[in-house]
Amino acid sequence: MWYYEKKLQYPVKVTECNPRLAKYLIEQYGGADGELSAALRYLNQRYSIPDKVIGLLTDIGTEEFAHLEMIATMIYKLTKDATPEQMKAAGLGAHYANHDHALYYNNAAGSAWTATYIQAKGDPIADLYEDIAAEEKARATYQWIINMSDDPCLNDSLKFLREREVVHSQRFREAVEILKFEKDRKQFF
Amino acid sequence: MKQATDPAKERYALMEKIQMVDFALVELTLYLDTHPQDTQAIQQFNQLAVESRDLKSAYEQRFGPLRQYGGSFSGYPWNWGDSPWPWQL
Repeated sequence: MWYYEKKLQYPVKVTECNPRLAKYLIEQYGGADGELSAALRYLNQRYSIPDKVIGLLTDIGTEEFAHLEMIATMIYKLTKDATPEQMKAAGLGAHYANHDHALYYNNAAGSAWTATYIQAKGDPIADLYEDIAAEEKARATYQWIINMSDDPCLNDSLKFLREREVVHSQRFREAVEILKFEKDRKQFF
Repeated sequence: MKQATDPAKERYALMEKIQMVDFALVELTLYLDTHPQDTQAIQQFNQLAVESRDLKSAYEQRFGPLRQYGGSFSGYPWNWGDSPWPWQL
């Protein structure tokens, strides 16, 4: 089971109300390579992956939920004081019409999250390669958002998340090597 | 009697310490998942686990429970649901 802890993994501060930036950040909330996709992808793959890497998928999948909460906090803080006019000017008019200031799992272009964003092939190498690719795509997305953001407080938190993608990718690459080593060992003996 | 420190500042400072220690624990966890025989890392992990527990107890005495479902003790009345939640801080 899971336990909630009343703390963010890393502090999230924003300089000012900025719904335009929130619109971009929604990509990492309910987008294809966002944190929701990541958490659900890894935790779902656990059941058919070899025992050697179940721990890693469990731990990275759990950390993704902490990242999801950080992204939610950013979007919440960037939009909570925005007027309907400001939401509209930021390109969030359609979002406001449907959700007011509520968060919703869609991407930056407004498409709702879908399970087709993630895959579970049952083949450990295929699944881990998908996970590595997902981490690299998420890292790139964070970089594109940082490139467009002029909020130094927010960028500090975004850089933390970008670095986590690098570490996760590295750990998944090691998991591939562990599985290859195990496979060779079995054939040898 | 004058309050020496601002409670909001103190809350942020203590929370930041917890976040630092817990971050090291997350990082060590993932590292140990793929390097299970690194004795030094395990020692560091166990040391930081104690440090994290102590920091959280200190925080909870001032600012209320952090951990759900019995991970933390409750005050009276029940104070698990008290604001602020993490995104409100």
